[in-house]
Amino acid sequence: MSSPVPPLPRWADLFLLPLINLMAALFVCGLVVLLIGENPIEALGVMVKGAFVYPGGLGYTLYYTTNFIFTGLAVATAFHALLFNIGGEGQAYVAGLGAALAAFAVSAAPAIVAIPFAILGAALAGAIWGVIPGYLQAKRGSHIVITTIMFNFIAASIMVWLLAGPMLEPGQQSPQSVKLPEASYLPKLHDLLGLIGAKTTATPLNVSFLLALISLGVFWILIWRTRLGYAIRAVGHNPEAAHYAGINVARTIIIAMAIAGAFAGLLATNEIVGVSHRVILNYTAGYGFTGIAVALMGRNHPIGIFLAALLFGALYQGGAELDFEFKSITREMVLLIQGMIILFSGALAYMFNAPLSRLIARVSAPKEMARG
Amino acid sequence: MADFLFQLLLTFDGTLRIATPLILCAMAGIFAERSGVIDISLEGKLLTGAFVAAAVAFISGSAWLGVAAAILASVTLSLIHGFACITHKGNQVVSGVAINILASGLTVVVGIALFQRGGQTPTLPRDVRFKPLEWIGVESVEAIPVLGAIYSQLISGHNVLVYIALLAVPLTGFILYRTRFGLRLRAVGEVPEAVDSAGISVTWLRYRALIVGGVFCGIAGAYLSVAQGGNFVRDMSAGKGYIALAAVIFGNWKPMMALIACLMFGFLEAATSRLQGVDLPLVGELPTQLMLALPYVLTVLLLAGFIGKPTPPAAIGEPYIK
Amino acid sequence: MGSGSSAPFALELRGVSKSFGLIRANKNINLQIQPGSIHGIIGENGAGKSTLMNIVYGMHERDEGDILVGGQAVDIRSSADAIRHGIGMVHQHFMLVPTFTVVENVMLGSEAGSLLREGREAARARVTELSESYNLAVDPDARVSELNVGQRQRVEIIKALKGGANILILDEPTGVLTPQEAAQLFEILKVLRDRGVAVLLITHKLAEIMEITDAVDIMRHGEIVGHRKTADTSPAELAELMVGRKVLLEVARSEATPGQVQLSARGLGYKNNQGVIELEDISFDLRAGEILGVAGVSGNGQTQLMEVLAGMRHLTSGAVEILGTQITPASVTTPRIIRDLGVGHIPEDRHKHGLVLQFEARENMILGQHDRDLAGTGALLDPKRIDENCQEKMRDFDVRPASPGHRAKNFSGGNQQKIVIAREFSTGPSILLVGQPTRGVDVGAIEAIHNQLQALKAEGCAILLVSVELDEIISLSDRIMVLCDGKNVGIVTRAKADRQTLGLMMAGQRQEALSA
Repeated sequence: MSSPVPPLPRWADLFLLPLINLMAALFVCGLVVLLIGENPIEALGVMVKGAFVYPGGLGYTLYYTTNFIFTGLAVATAFHALLFNIGGEGQAYVAGLGAALAAFAVSAAPAIVAIPFAILGAALAGAIWGVIPGYLQAKRGSHIVITTIMFNFIAASIMVWLLAGPMLEPGQQSPQSVKLPEASYLPKLHDLLGLIGAKTTATPLNVSFLLALISLGVFWILIWRTRLGYAIRAVGHNPEAAHYAGINVARTIIIAMAIAGAFAGLLATNEIVGVSHRVILNYTAGYGFTGIAVALMGRNHPIGIFLAALLFGALYQGGAELDFEFKSITREMVLLIQGMIILFSGALAYMFNAPLSRLIARVSAPKEMARG
Repeated sequence: MADFLFQLLLTFDGTLRIATPLILCAMAGIFAERSGVIDISLEGKLLTGAFVAAAVAFISGSAWLGVAAAILASVTLSLIHGFACITHKGNQVVSGVAINILASGLTVVVGIALFQRGGQTPTLPRDVRFKPLEWIGVESVEAIPVLGAIYSQLISGHNVLVYIALLAVPLTGFILYRTRFGLRLRAVGEVPEAVDSAGISVTWLRYRALIVGGVFCGIAGAYLSVAQGGNFVRDMSAGKGYIALAAVIFGNWKPMMALIACLMFGFLEAATSRLQGVDLPLVGELPTQLMLALPYVLTVLLLAGFIGKPTPPAAIGEPYIK
Repeated sequence: MGSGSSAPFALELRGVSKSFGLIRANKNINLQIQPGSIHGIIGENGAGKSTLMNIVYGMHERDEGDILVGGQAVDIRSSADAIRHGIGMVHQHFMLVPTFTVVENVMLGSEAGSLLREGREAARARVTELSESYNLAVDPDARVSELNVGQRQRVEIIKALKGGANILILDEPTGVLTPQEAAQLFEILKVLRDRGVAVLLITHKLAEIMEITDAVDIMRHGEIVGHRKTADTSPAELAELMVGRKVLLEVARSEATPGQVQLSARGLGYKNNQGVIELEDISFDLRAGEILGVAGVSGNGQTQLMEVLAGMRHLTSGAVEILGTQITPASVTTPRIIRDLGVGHIPEDRHKHGLVLQFEARENMILGQHDRDLAGTGALLDPKRIDENCQEKMRDFDVRPASPGHRAKNFSGGNQQKIVIAREFSTGPSILLVGQPTRGVDVGAIEAIHNQLQALKAEGCAILLVSVELDEIISLSDRIMVLCDGKNVGIVTRAKADRQTLGLMMAGQRQEALSA
């Protein structure tokens, strides 16, 4: 029969438990590698080297990290209002369109105007694609999970149609848009570092990374230090109490989804405005879904989101290295790890909770008795 | 006119082909969701089923072994889903998302490890695929106008999995409304406390619902790679699991209604592909990519209450905690 | 266990304990129930009565102890075990599937075969048989969603008896019934007793214990603190055992000096989203310096009335004038707007409405005021100001522990309620809407809360008090309005309000009819 479970100490809840969940996920993936007939330790080594050691590795890692910070924030913002935003993928996708349209709208302008315009265009388009499911949830009661899934597909259909039709670059076979005006291109960090004399390997890492770090700070202030954040959290924890308190629940949900969509939209600043300079078919490549894993692992807190985004950035960059080093394991291994992490730190988040807290209680109990 | 009828017939024929995996997955979704468990992982189970069926059929040389293996793999994913959100009361949506991502990674990783073809499986020889079944008397009635064509094209000439899918619908209805299991299943999705207090295990009931769903998804997966196609291609489920989920909602969690939704979505897709590049009178050429978004758009409109209002099982999404 | 009687106990518990996390819900419970008797278990809300009964019925697993049925030790780990051992239970919250018919609900769990056809006729016959022999009139083919509360309870009793249960547990069965419906239920229970069934009646109402039981056990803080033969005890003794000390059943109350009308409802009506009329043609005045009690069986519109007045729902007919502002179906109201008029609101369910349990105490102390100067400047919150505000109010209202950083869920029920009260009192409301002020609150806190309400009244606040505890209403109110079926049955002054009169009014009999 079950005995009472003592509550987990805060440090264990915040650090140990996520770590154990991560280890469990990696362990299972290691088993798969083993079954395939490769050495999981070796594979991990290759990934770590690829992500941090090889020239340019870190730059690429941070470039991916940037994406995951944005999509992680998109999921986390909604989570605080108890909304499950699976739509980061679609929000980021249409944000590419928004960035491009904004950049073309001011095609003659200098960078100082063009860049903010492109960024705002991305955020605005993402916000629109987030706000519609938010509105439907708040005002019409449609389940946001299903609606955001549907919106991912609707976004995909619209973008295929645009990229293969109206936006297709003349003479191009693969669906992609014409190039953005050059003034809107974001500076690369290796170029900026070059200006102050530091020579680094050229990587796609651009100022979007700084934008991502700023976004983390904005997110923290928004959620824990503003009246709006208070309302968002109140709605998330107890919508009925929020209504009682005079908070407009529907409006708060809509605003939260707009902000979530805007964060997702910023992905386009990194990918489109920062790197490819054109909208490409399926450019979001699943980053939106990875945002779910990032938010879950990062416990919807900016520090956690940063660390989780860094982890996934390293996995993506290191995973690419697998293609070169191994014959039978590839970068898709990362999807497996990602799925496992969502499973362990999301759906099975509390599987290790009870055993761990009993263990901690047993270890710390003799000490307290000695003290008492 | 005859040509138009023939085109229509071909479209209906295509509808049935496209709808088959949708129907099977929708029935799976009905079982899971009627028991109170949201099942986003239809997509992942479908994909995994497709891969395993193709791989096992290729290695063993038997299509039926492929189906059996696909069922086994899909049921395994159902059990993981159950372990996470029934046993450990985890979030059902999160668990579903995890399984879908897991499936999209695992099928490619294992596929490359087994066959070194960038995630595809080798093309199956003709005799390890499911072949169309010729019904009796097709040749003798083929000449009869309209009815003959309907019999030979639409009713006869499909592979066995298509017929299984069509039979799955009345079977689901029968189980749901005529059996003890069905009564309990419907009860547990509405008021799990009532089931518990009647001395029935909520946990085991929901597991069984997911297992049945796993069987259907496995068959659907095998249909994709061993019957409709001749090998596995990465991400070949291409959102069909989600469309099936939409069909479940559209069908208001009822088997016959969900079948109609599946056929409607199937028809939309079949018609779209027939109309691709065709200059229609008055409207001109249809933007086919946009047409493909119609099932999703319709589902959004339905959920928003603009076309009727779906009533999901009352306890859906809530883990049962005493 | 040297029992004198020859027949074994129908049910016996020995040393049963149960914990949830760190909370010990049941401690070393010993209990003996005679067959063919009605046995009461009484205790305050949260004393552990429901937990104990859920253990007997297998919905919770006990941590330790033995359960004996008919003198035999049995292992009950699920409700299936309990049913097998002849135990049936009518839960406080009905365990019925609203979309099913009565027969389908009754046959659930005992379908007599894997196909429904086989069992359906047998189940229908059983329903008819039971409803005839115990006077439990109900249509076997009616959909449960179409039945009223009393009928649903009958279905629950039929369910509990269908397998020939000889132990029947009823958890707070009268909470949703009028006194007259309750009397009907008691007649049924007496028939059951006379046929040898051991009936366990779980309640927190003294009157019910005195009226119908043969013996009673008293629970407090998860323990059995006394056992009495009903004939040998008195309400005063039971009350003392329940709360652990002498209880003043009367509150020292100040006389009302009613001032001007602060709130005036005229033909107020409310229809919910499903189109069901929940409030109809309600008119009353609420004056400064008085407490107007709202009595009624729970679920007769009290909640809706409170929430309409608080702006949480919007009235659909009639009008209300609140502190000079006219509110009609056409006007826009939100809780925000009503609050700004000078209305405070202590909601009936503090966990559902009054608090965000995961929030810290200081965050809860600004709930409803988070957009005021109290909480910050501009768009930003001011953590320091929020903390000071909380410390001050915790001091003034004696909230323990006085730690603003504690999450609300970690406070006891009484202290949670004090947080809500502190917050709503401190705005200096002209009108205060109070719902179930002492539900789940221990006795010490009850007295404090009652005194605070009296003090606020003396300061001239107009107070509307909703409570399911008739005694609380009678002792605090200057006038009492009775709701039945969403209608105002009548308003009586305190002098004319006795339990008998109010009981009949709660059943829907108008006051004029009574006096005639």
